[in-house]
Amino acid sequence: MRSLVSRRQFLKSTVFAAGTAVTGTGLANAATNANEEPLATLIDISRCIGCEECVYACKDANAPKFPKPEKPFPKMVPARVPVEDWSDQREVTDRLTPYNWLYIQYATGIKDGKEMTLTIPRRCMHCQNPPCVKLCPWGAAKQEPNGLSRIDSGICLGGSKCKNVCPWDIPQRQTGVGLYLDILPAFAGNGVMYKCDRCYQKLEKGEQPACIEACPEEVQVIGRRSKIIELAKERAKEMDGYLYGLEENGGTHTIYVSPVPFDQLTYDTGKGKPHLNPAKDTMADGSNLALALVIAPVAGAAAALGKFYKNMKEED
Amino acid sequence: MTDYFKGRRLIYGLILFFITLSGFAQMPIFARYYISDIPGLGWLAQFYVTHAMHYIMAAMLLALGAYVGIDAVLSRKLSVSRQNPVNKGRLTGMAWVKIVSLAGLVVTGSVLVVKNLSGVFVSHNVIISLDLLHLFSCMVLLGATLYSKIRKRAWIAL
Repeated sequence: MRSLVSRRQFLKSTVFAAGTAVTGTGLANAATNANEEPLATLIDISRCIGCEECVYACKDANAPKFPKPEKPFPKMVPARVPVEDWSDQREVTDRLTPYNWLYIQYATGIKDGKEMTLTIPRRCMHCQNPPCVKLCPWGAAKQEPNGLSRIDSGICLGGSKCKNVCPWDIPQRQTGVGLYLDILPAFAGNGVMYKCDRCYQKLEKGEQPACIEACPEEVQVIGRRSKIIELAKERAKEMDGYLYGLEENGGTHTIYVSPVPFDQLTYDTGKGKPHLNPAKDTMADGSNLALALVIAPVAGAAAALGKFYKNMKEED
Repeated sequence: MTDYFKGRRLIYGLILFFITLSGFAQMPIFARYYISDIPGLGWLAQFYVTHAMHYIMAAMLLALGAYVGIDAVLSRKLSVSRQNPVNKGRLTGMAWVKIVSLAGLVVTGSVLVVKNLSGVFVSHNVIISLDLLHLFSCMVLLGATLYSKIRKRAWIAL
């Protein structure tokens, strides 16, 4: 048994070393260096056996960050404000919760005329331009230069806007925890939102995220986004497969490779169970309107100058 | 006051109303407090709609600000305009409060717009500071506007 573990560890470290060689530099640099290209993860669905090693590794690695709510919860005003309490269901692993930031989604599809079951690790996609971060009204969510996005549980008020603007409804709320308890708990806020933070504490030390480290099948590879895209395209070519995450929501730092087209997969979706549908770039309108903000004062100035010129001519 | 100045005030008032409304709608409060349940106000709980509206109103405010500012400076160079009492007056203290708070909104808002572009990383502490300064400038502007309305303080003292 001992020799098996060391063989597995050896294989993992070899794969990681190869991945690092492919990507050019180590993860520690990428964790903090704004000049480095962001990291991305390739998730090869064809390799996943659904063993949930990644799920439990995620839980172990992030347990210190999980919410410790105070009960009873403050009375909410108005009464329609939903209490979301997962503290008594910490063991749930078949969906995303504040205590489960990664789960295995079961999907079925047809490949070469045969039905096949696929198991898909699902978590935050870590968008290139994450609406959860960019539209958070308090600045509680942040994006690191290495591309990961995370929510600061010390600042988040649990308004759930991040979930509302996320194309996949990823962040999950726990009531009865966080800053709102110290402000106006009855009237504003409702806890803290939680989601995958790519094990930023491990990345800072140059280590891999727990889910990647624990996977016995090397389903995931992490590295620079451009290199990961190259690798994803190679894998897709090899298996005559399909990619998800390249263009979705303007591009993400998570690229799935599947042997079955994503729009032909059948899977359970709903609360805490994200879809795999096409996702339009939610921040595109804002980016386009930013141009209007540059043009507008120029147009105003031109109108004033036009009026001045006209009046000057009339005076002459 | 001429129709021309009344028109400008009306446009400014409408922009101020909708930019404030869409700005506050960036916080998840309208759905919580039933306001978006009122028929016709459902859009207040749609964050991408209010986000786009906030940008459009900001563009209109910038256009109006540039127009009014440059027009005020250039008008003093024309003999006809110099006879208009409005162009002879000076800005009141309350007007300066509003101008400074508007400038604060424009500066912080501009950086927040750039921050929202893809590939732009702004430090977490800077974002929080900008959010708070933006909100603070808004509250000062609203306070000054309300005070001016109640005490009938104009922008220009004749």
